[in-house]
Amino acid sequence: MNPDPDTPPLLEARGLAFARNDEPIFGPIDFALRHGEVVLMEGDNGSGKTTLLKVLSGLVEPSAGAVLLNGEPLTLARLSHQVALLGHLLGLKGELSPLQNLRFAIGLGGLRAGITPNQALLSVGLEGFEEVPLRQLSAGQKKRVALARLLLVPAALWLLDEPYANLDREGIALVNRLLEVHARRGGAALITSHGAYAYTSGTPRRIPLKAVA
Amino acid sequence: MNPLVLWFHKLGSPPYFYRFAGRLVPWFWAAALILGAIGLYGGLVLAPKDYQQGDAYRIIFIHVPSAWMSLFIYAFMAVNGFIALVWRIKLSETLAMAAAPVGAAFTFVCLATGAIWGKPMWGTWWTWDARLTSELVLLFLYLGVIGLYHAIEDRRQAARAAAFLALIGIVNLPIVHFSVKWWNTLHQGSTVKLFGPSLIDSRMLWPLLVMAIATKFVFAASLLSRARVDLLELESGKEWARAEADAAEGRA
Amino acid sequence: MSYGTLWGACRALLARDLALLWRRRGDALNPMLFALMVVALFPFAIGPEPQVLGRIAAGTVLVALLLAGLLSLDALFRSDLEDGSLEQLVLSPHPLALLLACKIFVHWLTTALPLVAIAPLVGEMLFLPGPVQPVLLAVLALSTPLLSLIGAVCVALTVGMRRSGMLLALLVLPLYVPVLIFAAGACNAAQNGLPVAAPLLWLGAGLALSLVLAPLACAAALKISIS
Repeated sequence: MNPDPDTPPLLEARGLAFARNDEPIFGPIDFALRHGEVVLMEGDNGSGKTTLLKVLSGLVEPSAGAVLLNGEPLTLARLSHQVALLGHLLGLKGELSPLQNLRFAIGLGGLRAGITPNQALLSVGLEGFEEVPLRQLSAGQKKRVALARLLLVPAALWLLDEPYANLDREGIALVNRLLEVHARRGGAALITSHGAYAYTSGTPRRIPLKAVA
Repeated sequence: MNPLVLWFHKLGSPPYFYRFAGRLVPWFWAAALILGAIGLYGGLVLAPKDYQQGDAYRIIFIHVPSAWMSLFIYAFMAVNGFIALVWRIKLSETLAMAAAPVGAAFTFVCLATGAIWGKPMWGTWWTWDARLTSELVLLFLYLGVIGLYHAIEDRRQAARAAAFLALIGIVNLPIVHFSVKWWNTLHQGSTVKLFGPSLIDSRMLWPLLVMAIATKFVFAASLLSRARVDLLELESGKEWARAEADAAEGRA
Repeated sequence: MSYGTLWGACRALLARDLALLWRRRGDALNPMLFALMVVALFPFAIGPEPQVLGRIAAGTVLVALLLAGLLSLDALFRSDLEDGSLEQLVLSPHPLALLLACKIFVHWLTTALPLVAIAPLVGEMLFLPGPVQPVLLAVLALSTPLLSLIGAVCVALTVGMRRSGMLLALLVLPLYVPVLIFAAGACNAAQNGLPVAAPLLWLGAGLALSLVLAPLACAAALKISIS
């Protein structure tokens, strides 16, 4: 899908900056993310990657600048099924099975056409674990459940914080495959990494996020 | 722009406010001291004895202005908290949070003087009188705001959370006052009235009003002093704050 | 593609929270045990005479239940915050206030309702006069949801803190005072053979008001404290 230069980008940051107790955490930065794009946000530990994703998702208000979603200012109220965030905390319940967790996510966030929770678990390689309580799974398997959630909810924009952490080689390949499919059908993703793992398929645009002294 | 509005905008900027408040503070302290001295002289020396309470009533010249201030400061804090939440003005956050300890202090003074007064008048340090009880709840509200403000690390987030609590409190206060009154009358009939049906003597009234104005100046002076320090700390990364700190060091 | 309905979201949240509570059903007993223990301490502290205990029974039960509710309040958002579910909840496209109302409802159902259920038992332990029993139950039915709703707003303000117990009590108790006054007022009126309608109606009015306002305030407070 070729991005049309006339349509506004899916996500745009203008002069975006965040400060805590008047100490700058990141920014100001400007960038745009178009449909069909995967962008890798690179930065060292403490460069504000996690905070940036929170600001971009609307969880945290920026200290300066603005976030535009489809050309309109982003507020929590206007999120309307567009954004899915996968943070360090996966948002899954250890007491419940992967299937129960996913059903809850669908109830809360909606369901993409043409996929069921079982199919999503299959495509992240968790067939046979549908009914096992999540806390009995390994950290990498829990991450895969969270990735299955991304497949199910109808969000066009994925904000992934260190999606490669805790994953084996096969898991990394899985993330890359999911990102590729998501980009091909017009979605976009912003992923953060401190550089140890990389998005290997294609040549993603990289945005360096420098640590502010 | 209208010059008044322009001035207001300028006042909202921390460096301008810092210098402006710095110039006002000594005058406010001076006014508080002079008015306080006049009010206390009028109240403790010039005003006549009460025909029922003798000299003991003279504590009202501290007690009543403190009670007024405890409510006034809470309202001030809540208004600033509202501004801070809606328009996110840093100065309002600072003012609201600087006002809280001053308000708590006045509330405490009001409760303490009330207890001291109560001993000779009612024969007990404490009575579950509706006003005293509401004042106690007010003190808890103040302490809650202060506690919440200091429990959150990010200063601005802390100020917003505490301001929100202050706003909940302002909804709660009338309810508390009403319910306490209802509760107390249900138990033991009408309580001791602070002011009898008789109107207060004008020789008692003027020192009371002077003291009320004096306490306003005490509040204004300590509020501005606190707000200046808080602003300097909040903006310690900024150019103007460093310049002020350097200048202060140069003077020392 | 289906975006899900608000009702669907609320139902999913209710189903999940109930399933979670069923997994941890042992925890639901803790507030009940706490309330029982507090009530059991009173006869030791002030003597076992039925007249004395009967006079303070209603108030004691109310305070014991209020404190038990206070202890369980902290759990309202704790686990959701720790595993990141709270972020997902806030980011959900549905109105946060309604989702929080569902959470508060489940919390009330599992911590406060068991307390209401044991109220006749603890009332009996303290020789609560017979005519006061039904009034106490009516009072509890009205005041426990009120306490849960008010408490939820304060929990939302302290949700990010590691040790919020003492602070939470300081924030909550001034707000609980009017509820306690009307609740105890109704019981005292019943004990003295006076009409109880007025305090009950006040409690009902307070409940109606906070059913609407508390979830909104809770959502606003939560947005402040997770930022």
